[in-house]
Amino acid sequence: MSLRKLKQIAVTLFSSVLVMASNHAWADKVLNLREGVTQVSRDAYSMHMIVLWICVAIGIVVFGAMIYSMFAHRKSKGAVAASFHESHKVEVLWTVIPFIILIALAIPATKNLLALEDASNADITVKVTGYQWKWNYEYMDGDAEGVSFFSVLDKASNEARALNSGIDVTKVDNYLLDVDKPLVIPTGKKVRFLITSNDVIHAWWVPDFGFKKDAIPGYINESWARVDEPGTYRGQCTELCGKDHGFMPVVVIAKEEGEYKKWAAAKKAEASAAAAEAASDKTWSKDELMARGANVYGSSCAACHQANGEGTGPFPALKGSAIAVGPAAGHIDVVVNGSKTNPLMAAYGAQLNDLDLAAVITFERNSWGNEASIVQPKDVKAAR
Amino acid sequence: MSTAHAEHEHHGAPSGLLRWVFTTNHKDIGTLYLWFSFAMLLIGGSFAMVIRLELLQPGMQWVDPNFFNSMTTMHGLIMVFGAIMPAFVGLANWLVPMMIGAPDMALPRMNNWSFWILPFAGTMLLSTMFMEGGGPNFGWTFYAPLSTTFAPASTDFFIFAVHMLGFSSIMGSINIIATIMNMRAPGMTLMKMPLFVWTWLITAFLLIAVMPVLAGAVTMMLTDRNFGTSFFNAAGGGDPVLFQHVFWFFGHPEVYIMILPAFGIVSQIIPTFSRKKLFGYSSMVYATSSIAFLSFIVWAHHMFTVGMPVAGELFFMYATVLIAVPTGVKVFNWVATMWQGSLSFELPMKWALAFVILFTIGGFSGLMLGIAPVDFQYHDTYFVVAHFHYVLVTGALFSIIAAVYYWLPKWTGHMYSESLGNWHFWLSVIFVNITFFPQHFLGLAGMPRRVPDYNAAFADFNFMSSIGAFGFGLAQLLFLALIIKCIKGGEKATDEVWEGAEGLEWTIPSPAPYHTFAEAPEVK
Repeated sequence: MSLRKLKQIAVTLFSSVLVMASNHAWADKVLNLREGVTQVSRDAYSMHMIVLWICVAIGIVVFGAMIYSMFAHRKSKGAVAASFHESHKVEVLWTVIPFIILIALAIPATKNLLALEDASNADITVKVTGYQWKWNYEYMDGDAEGVSFFSVLDKASNEARALNSGIDVTKVDNYLLDVDKPLVIPTGKKVRFLITSNDVIHAWWVPDFGFKKDAIPGYINESWARVDEPGTYRGQCTELCGKDHGFMPVVVIAKEEGEYKKWAAAKKAEASAAAAEAASDKTWSKDELMARGANVYGSSCAACHQANGEGTGPFPALKGSAIAVGPAAGHIDVVVNGSKTNPLMAAYGAQLNDLDLAAVITFERNSWGNEASIVQPKDVKAAR
Repeated sequence: MSTAHAEHEHHGAPSGLLRWVFTTNHKDIGTLYLWFSFAMLLIGGSFAMVIRLELLQPGMQWVDPNFFNSMTTMHGLIMVFGAIMPAFVGLANWLVPMMIGAPDMALPRMNNWSFWILPFAGTMLLSTMFMEGGGPNFGWTFYAPLSTTFAPASTDFFIFAVHMLGFSSIMGSINIIATIMNMRAPGMTLMKMPLFVWTWLITAFLLIAVMPVLAGAVTMMLTDRNFGTSFFNAAGGGDPVLFQHVFWFFGHPEVYIMILPAFGIVSQIIPTFSRKKLFGYSSMVYATSSIAFLSFIVWAHHMFTVGMPVAGELFFMYATVLIAVPTGVKVFNWVATMWQGSLSFELPMKWALAFVILFTIGGFSGLMLGIAPVDFQYHDTYFVVAHFHYVLVTGALFSIIAAVYYWLPKWTGHMYSESLGNWHFWLSVIFVNITFFPQHFLGLAGMPRRVPDYNAAFADFNFMSSIGAFGFGLAQLLFLALIIKCIKGGEKATDEVWEGAEGLEWTIPSPAPYHTFAEAPEVK
């Protein structure tokens, strides 16, 4: 293959990119930053476009001059080198002009940044806590005050994302961008997010809102969004936070005020029913615990210990493990308080209620060939 | 001078393997550095192939997420500390003495040691991959507490390897500074030094300033991990954000450590093939110094999203975009050098021009990233990945390749194969853009970096990027073939090699004799 053919290939590839880019509907979605649904994100978008066009203009001038001299001042065309060099006038000129352009950019950028960082006078405050690898949302005030829940990757995505799962991920709806329980916020209200973490650093990002903010253990960062359009907005964790960093999406649903109130009331009722159920003295049958435990295991444990209980890498197997088939007290201790020897094992006492803990411990003690005692909620309560 | 004396003065290289172990010759050590960095480039590159293989299609097909994370981590560490930095030190070893008319480096025994630490540090770093619990998996930026409380046991070996790499860099820098300050030929004033020497002098000061900061960061990690301290542990009264400040106080100057020598190389090559003096030599020196100074006061632009006070964000935004001014001056000077020159396009020039254009594209995305309110959208997405690969691959790496083509005839005494070189150049330039340009779009569309899997909406560009990466990786094997061929033989190179080349290194024979400038040349 000659060089000319290579150049032809390059041209073909380049033009195919252009053809893809000109397919407008598709281009809107994938080629550029999105405008988003908040003032902050719209400002970011217009700032992005301004800087982009300035770069394109400078690029045309600089690359234009370069390419012109590459063709016009070729030795093979008999060009003879001029002898000029050093010119204070020119050096000053091309120092001052870029400086002026930068000042022109800095003014709107400063304005946008001040607006982005002003979370004062919020209508509602939601606390967002990053965990390996899920988000916890807690409503600090308003109609849903006290409501708190974990939001994890939805089941369909979670099954499809296993290594060689055999599932066609292009057929999974919103693959890796869907959760079991999304955050719900009212439209037209200034919602303040208090963002922190329970373990490592995560970052909470919804592109349509125009910001991302790190969730850092020991820090409470704040940011805000006022969303006018009802809709579902999706994002992801954007700070490397360990094995499943790619599998902890953020989904926020903005609902009209009335709808939001209904959702808040239902959520509160659901929470108090669950709390009552967990606190009751009822003695649960093994089948009930196993069924419930399988669900809890799937959302809280399987990411590390795997669905088959065999673990992976630094995450130990539960199948046949000394803790899982040993005395119940030891097993409860590790799950409730975390492992003293392996910091990767979090304290689930803070994340799950007594009933779910009892169920999942029972499940672990009686699955994959493990045969050990069952655990009741009151055992967990006593161990706390 | 008697014949016997002359023979004594100009003895050749000793033979055998031990020549390389005990050598104090700057040319031998330069060669060792360059081969080491090439080996690391291929190893780090093969890690990139694993990354791109997993990202070829949506869904998890090849590796589990934990191994994927160690691949991204090791790829970054090996490329930065194993490939790019040692390659520049290797070039400095070969070229600085020859350019300033010195017989060798100022501290030849230390020179041997600074090199021989590297293979051990590199091996230790790579060996972590085979340890229980896997290798480092927290990204090359190793943010605490992921790299302390939550890291695999092998992290302690990673810390030791970083310490050793730091020792090597610091010793190398001291040697370069001592050589440049003390061993210039009579008449070679500072403002007559070739720009490659200037940029390395400034780089060496940057290295001495920031490598101890990195050593401090990893030492705090070490004590946090093993001796119960809480520098970065919030639960013990420490501060995870402190880690990022310390790391980037090293990390940002580090970025310029990897690009200033590149500026020097390109400033040597473009005048040669334009047959015209560099436009604005002194402004190039001042621009390099300003960039070096600014590099110390912009570090927190890597951290706009950690929740700094808004006044801090504004300061770091202003300081960051200011870097565009001296960087622009450099690009304008290169273009003005070409203007009304008499251009020819031998391979070093091809690579240098690709550098100018593609590095400038990386500079543009850098300016965009510096604008804080929009950075909140770009941060930690593939847009950033595209940006730093444009400045590090088509910037730093391309300049190193340009340098190899430019000086290879002087080193080996043979011209390289032009046709093989053309294949290497065109395949590399085409595939590198297919690899990294689509990553801008992926980032803007919302794909985070360091994820092993993605939604189908990102599939087309990831597929393209992976194909480009495989092509770019394979193209580098042509480079290896070209170098080996050139060492073995080829058309005899003249002493001057290039028609328009200026500088002391072109006054000595090709290949450069084992000892050069035993008697200092006179520089007018």
